[in-house]
Amino acid sequence: MEKIKLIDEKGKRIDGRGAKDLRPIKIKVHPLNRADGSCYIEWGTNKVIASVYGPKEAQPKHLQDPLRAIVRCNYDMASFSVDERKRPGPDRRSSEISKVIGEALENAVLTNLFPRTMIEVNIEVLEADAGTRCTGLTAAGIALADAGIPMRDIPAACAGGKVDGKIVVDLRKEEDQAGDADLPIAILPRTKEILLMQMDGDLSEKEFYELLDLLADACINISEMQKKALLDRYKQEEDVEEDKETEGKKTENKEIKKEEEE
Amino acid sequence: MVKIKEIVVPGQLLDEGKIKPGQGAYRDRADGKIYASRLGVPLKRRDFINVIPLTGCYLPKPDELVIGIIVDVAPSYWIVDVNAPYPAVLHVNDVPWKVEFGETSKYLSIADVVLIKISRVSETEQIQVSMRDRNLRKFVGGQVIEIQPTKVPRVIGKKQSMIELVKRYLNVWIFIGKNGRIWLNGEGKSTRLAIKAIRQIEKEAHTEGLTDRIKEWLEMNKSENM
Repeated sequence: MEKIKLIDEKGKRIDGRGAKDLRPIKIKVHPLNRADGSCYIEWGTNKVIASVYGPKEAQPKHLQDPLRAIVRCNYDMASFSVDERKRPGPDRRSSEISKVIGEALENAVLTNLFPRTMIEVNIEVLEADAGTRCTGLTAAGIALADAGIPMRDIPAACAGGKVDGKIVVDLRKEEDQAGDADLPIAILPRTKEILLMQMDGDLSEKEFYELLDLLADACINISEMQKKALLDRYKQEEDVEEDKETEGKKTENKEIKKEEEE
Repeated sequence: MVKIKEIVVPGQLLDEGKIKPGQGAYRDRADGKIYASRLGVPLKRRDFINVIPLTGCYLPKPDELVIGIIVDVAPSYWIVDVNAPYPAVLHVNDVPWKVEFGETSKYLSIADVVLIKISRVSETEQIQVSMRDRNLRKFVGGQVIEIQPTKVPRVIGKKQSMIELVKRYLNVWIFIGKNGRIWLNGEGKSTRLAIKAIRQIEKEAHTEGLTDRIKEWLEMNKSENM
């Protein structure tokens, strides 16, 4: 089989993005009424819903920490989220992702304020298209803020990698599978402290630092979107609609400018 | 056009310098500046800067009146759910009845709703509650709804203005616990309307001039429904 060309001569990717461009992100805060906090996010064709319960009494009791709260995360992929039906329930991959996301969130939350309690985060992937752990973590950050849990900052996450020998941000499925490396990171945008970092494949030291800088910038962009989504929930409906209209015009203008540049 | 108070998100810079971080804010040791830790409305008071949270759980403080639900019965005490992250203990010495050892379930059983007072919160967040005070009692009849505990002051209003308004218009008995539970008792139709009004207040808690708008809303709905 002929290998797909992932980046063309102009440096554009298969979906027309440049190396630094993110897929379009849509965020809805508090779509669920039963959970204390929740968030639905569409990141490209990734569709993820995150919910937060707590702080509540830690169960099972042996996990209680007398000095701080614990954050338990449960990442799960729906059986219909991928091309071939996934066998439902926890597996090796989702246990690992649950663990790393839980630990990342624990470092953002001010856990010392709620001794002996547990904060439960559930991340449900409805549709997957690479980078679901970053999408899930970004959604979980918003859900935590929505639940009123004290945090140092809202964590934001983004993945990047090497495709056809070039460093790119926010891989999509084809790039993730055929690419040379995949590096998901999560940071606290204000201080740029790293909460999560994993790497698949190979990068040289120079490439690694180049990608890390690009990802930090991407996370800061995502952080702005998170904050805007949270504030929009408390705006009057008319205001939000107005904003959307002006935003639409802005993106149109941007596209026109881009075309002109080309 | 409804005026909205300024809202901050976790990690947003609030202030720098001598002012102290209060509730919902923290000082970063690295740069000495003060940042918000919760989603809420910033408020400066004397030499503190606070963030009044928009959402979040109830944290009990002594002498607050709350509505509790009995979740467990033991020979000499009850365990009460007060909507906090921790369970509360109601000891037989803290109830207005003389209870023999082992006969606790004769007085209060699981799922009973009680109006209680937080009497003590220890450093390790062990909560003790009491029923020994004026007006503290077991609720009979009526219904309980839950709202965001952070929005309780808004539902009560300045000098109880908001809740008195709802009570006066609809003729419903309402008691609001500090923990976000509200007990209502009255005629079916007006109780339903009162719940609707409370939900409306909860939804628009962060806007200004709310009492007047709720008054209009009640006026309109009252004439339609009754």
